[in-house]
Amino acid sequence: MRRMKLAITLCASALALALALVPSTGRSADTIKVGILHSLSGTMAISETALKEVALMTIEEINASGGVMGKKLVPVVVDPASNWPLFAEKARQLITQDKVSVVFGCWTSVSRKSVLPVFKELNGLLFYPVQYEGEELEKNVFYTGAAPNQQAIPAVEYLMSEEGGGAKRFYLLGTDYVYPRTTNKILRAFLHSKGVTDQDIEEVYTPFGHSDYQTIVANIKKFAEGGKTAVISTINGDSNVPFYKELGNAGLKATDVPVVAFSVGEEELRGIDAAPLVGHLAAWNYFMSLKNPANEAFIKAYRAYAKKKGLPNADKVVTNDPMEATYVGIHMWKQAVEKAHSTDTAKVIAAMSGQTFQAPSGFVLTMDATNHHLHKPVFIGEIRPDGQFNVVWKTKEPIRAQPWSPFVPGNEGKQNM
Amino acid sequence: MRPSRPLLLALLALPASAALAVEPGTLAKLASDDSDAKIAAIRQLAASADPGAVRVLQALSEGALAVAGGKVVVVEGDRVLDAATLAEIRPPPPDRDTVIANNRMRRELGGVLAALRLLDPDRKVRLAAAQEVTRALSPVSAPLVERALTTEKDPEIRSILETAQAESTLKNPDPAARRSAVKALGASSSPRVRALLARLLDEHAEPDAGVRREAKAAVDAIDARLAWGELVGRIFSGLSLGSILLLAALGLAITYGVMGVINMAHGELLMVGAYSAVVMQALFRRYFPHAFDFYVVAAIPVAFGAAALVGVVMERTVIRFLYRRPLETLLATWGLSLVLIQAARAVFGPQNADVANPSFMSGSVTPIPNLVLPLNRIAIIGFSLGVLAVVWGLLNRTRLGLFVRAVTQNRAMASCVGVSTGKVDTAAFALGAGIAGLGGLALSQIANVGPDMGQGYIVDSFMVVVLGGVGQLAGAVGAALGLGVVSKFLEGWTGAVIAKIAVLVFVIVFIQKRPQGLFAMRGRSIEA
Repeated sequence: MRRMKLAITLCASALALALALVPSTGRSADTIKVGILHSLSGTMAISETALKEVALMTIEEINASGGVMGKKLVPVVVDPASNWPLFAEKARQLITQDKVSVVFGCWTSVSRKSVLPVFKELNGLLFYPVQYEGEELEKNVFYTGAAPNQQAIPAVEYLMSEEGGGAKRFYLLGTDYVYPRTTNKILRAFLHSKGVTDQDIEEVYTPFGHSDYQTIVANIKKFAEGGKTAVISTINGDSNVPFYKELGNAGLKATDVPVVAFSVGEEELRGIDAAPLVGHLAAWNYFMSLKNPANEAFIKAYRAYAKKKGLPNADKVVTNDPMEATYVGIHMWKQAVEKAHSTDTAKVIAAMSGQTFQAPSGFVLTMDATNHHLHKPVFIGEIRPDGQFNVVWKTKEPIRAQPWSPFVPGNEGKQNM
Repeated sequence: MRPSRPLLLALLALPASAALAVEPGTLAKLASDDSDAKIAAIRQLAASADPGAVRVLQALSEGALAVAGGKVVVVEGDRVLDAATLAEIRPPPPDRDTVIANNRMRRELGGVLAALRLLDPDRKVRLAAAQEVTRALSPVSAPLVERALTTEKDPEIRSILETAQAESTLKNPDPAARRSAVKALGASSSPRVRALLARLLDEHAEPDAGVRREAKAAVDAIDARLAWGELVGRIFSGLSLGSILLLAALGLAITYGVMGVINMAHGELLMVGAYSAVVMQALFRRYFPHAFDFYVVAAIPVAFGAAALVGVVMERTVIRFLYRRPLETLLATWGLSLVLIQAARAVFGPQNADVANPSFMSGSVTPIPNLVLPLNRIAIIGFSLGVLAVVWGLLNRTRLGLFVRAVTQNRAMASCVGVSTGKVDTAAFALGAGIAGLGGLALSQIANVGPDMGQGYIVDSFMVVVLGGVGQLAGAVGAALGLGVVSKFLEGWTGAVIAKIAVLVFVIVFIQKRPQGLFAMRGRSIEA
């Protein structure tokens, strides 16, 4: 019996040894795995599906031009199904099981917050492509979307200027969760600093998926009688459609009460008849309507990709800001890996600082040396009847992100991070 | 933004000699990047009231003004005209940069173009122009308003223009003139005028005590009139929400209330109805563009038929085997709902579909100045009443309805006396599903159309049916309208988030106290 046991033990250890040796000699040597963590079902599928597609397109593009350090990229796509805890599970699976070198993903702040502990614990690397509320800085995350000072603050400054209508009263309308609440906290402090008093600021929240905006639109109308009013909308997801429809039907025109939105882009306007919305505003770091060679190439590449893959409505696909941010993020990661000659997390993080990339926004974007955010230009656009945007204001050059808003008390010491 | 046809036609009919007076220097300012210069150019062109200049302004407001080859041009369909001479340029220059008008410019343009239309022969155009002018009075439009008042005969238009004139008189240094202006404005019931007058109540803004007293009286008078508008507006929005709840829940009131089937896929039947509207819209756009507005009418039978068909397939293949097993039904129909959502996603894509309101359902009517009733909501209230009448008639006046009621009350006995309960079940389920399809069609006109749109309505629908009393049509109507009005009044008071919670708490407490719902089923029914 004893001899038998010994034989089994020997066999088993030999097998284990063989298994352990296989990966180092196998095909992993000439490929690099990258994870894509976007909801392909559930409420967020509307927005996030396009990010998955643009990520796959960028990876194809990189592979076609020789890959990264001569190695082909292999995308691993998972579907966290708009389910926040599932985001953490899938992130863990990508890092430990699939052994990806980097993950591109997340949209809502809730999903980002739920994967953070995983990336910290396993020392992974996440590229987050969406504008967000700030108040966060993680070593393992690169933020390629806008911080509040690269989107919300310039938009409000524009509304207060003569050009933007000289608004004196502000109606802050949002979906009830962390991003709108934090953004509005920052905006309220900012407005106070500009001499706007609390009686000229109204803050209203609706639940996720709210679809009846009659009362709110009537209230906006009433609020607007007290002086030149602007609405600042942080409504997220498909609630925007009924909101804008109600605005149009109630006869509130952009020339009377302009609405500036931070989560409405080309993709969201595809679901709306944009004619009644002409003149309402959005603030982003990229618009599809920007005219420059990099953007033309980007749009052309994505259209060709959509046609090749037979995406639904392939002839009408649009590009938007988070898609651009995804595209820029993947390219910058590639450059950093090539600079570091390694996909090791610590080395890539070090190599990321100061990376530059000619972005479709027409500017050369730089990754900040210390704060993991991009320096981005800000554009303010008015909605056109065809669902695109006319740029009516822009910054002269990319501006540095302030993830810790100076308008939030307690952040004074964090400005140089 | 809306072009005025008569004006344009009048301008087009003008002889060529009229199309010369647009000065190139002004045009260059109009096309510059400096907004102040642009505004000045707009005022200059408007003050000239030259037809050619008006045409250029019209083009600017429609986004049809462009710069091509160093020249400012007006784009009209395929034709490109030189803005200075309004002569056609052939061949049309290939590269054009549209001159962008932002909100500030559009406001200015709206005001001056409306002021120029005040002398239009068509009463309707004048009325619209008068309303537009009061929104944005500018130094250019004030004299035009005065000129229009000398010739205007129509009392309605006169009163609007007089209000506009009185507004500009409020800044007059003579207190007597101000007092009479305030008196004139007191007759208005516009919230904007009220805000204007309220500013005069302050001692610093208005030094004359007499004017202040007059303003106080005027504000109070306006407030009294506005309070009515506000109350009616609240009730209307409550009824509108109620009618939507009713349409969403009516089908469920039949399948759940009458047949006892917990159909978790009910929301997806709504979705099928909404996508029928999308499909009909696409067909009409393609094949009958001139009758596009009627796609909604054509979609009514299609939505009913498509949803009823899906309902029949569901009933025949799955639900039929699970009658009287509520838990299994619940799970199976939930599975079905996932299948339907994914199917819609595969066919139509994950994005929301774009549904345009037909023109007779866009816009709103304004019976009192602060009461805006959107036409699409009025249409949906009417539609839900119509559907309700048809369903009531079907259940109470037809043989099928008699059978359905018989099976509901006592399945075994109905079967004994020769009612084919299986067939009645299928028919009733198809009817319930078809009505859900109609609900979906109505929803497509105000809410999002997407693969998972149904998920948002399933809880509300069950709430209405349970609150109304299972098996009761009248209960569903009362519950839907009641919930709509209550939640709208709460929302005005507490905000949308708290209102939603409060309504749920109210329903829970109500069901605790009165498990049978608003209306209890009477008679010798047998509980399953």
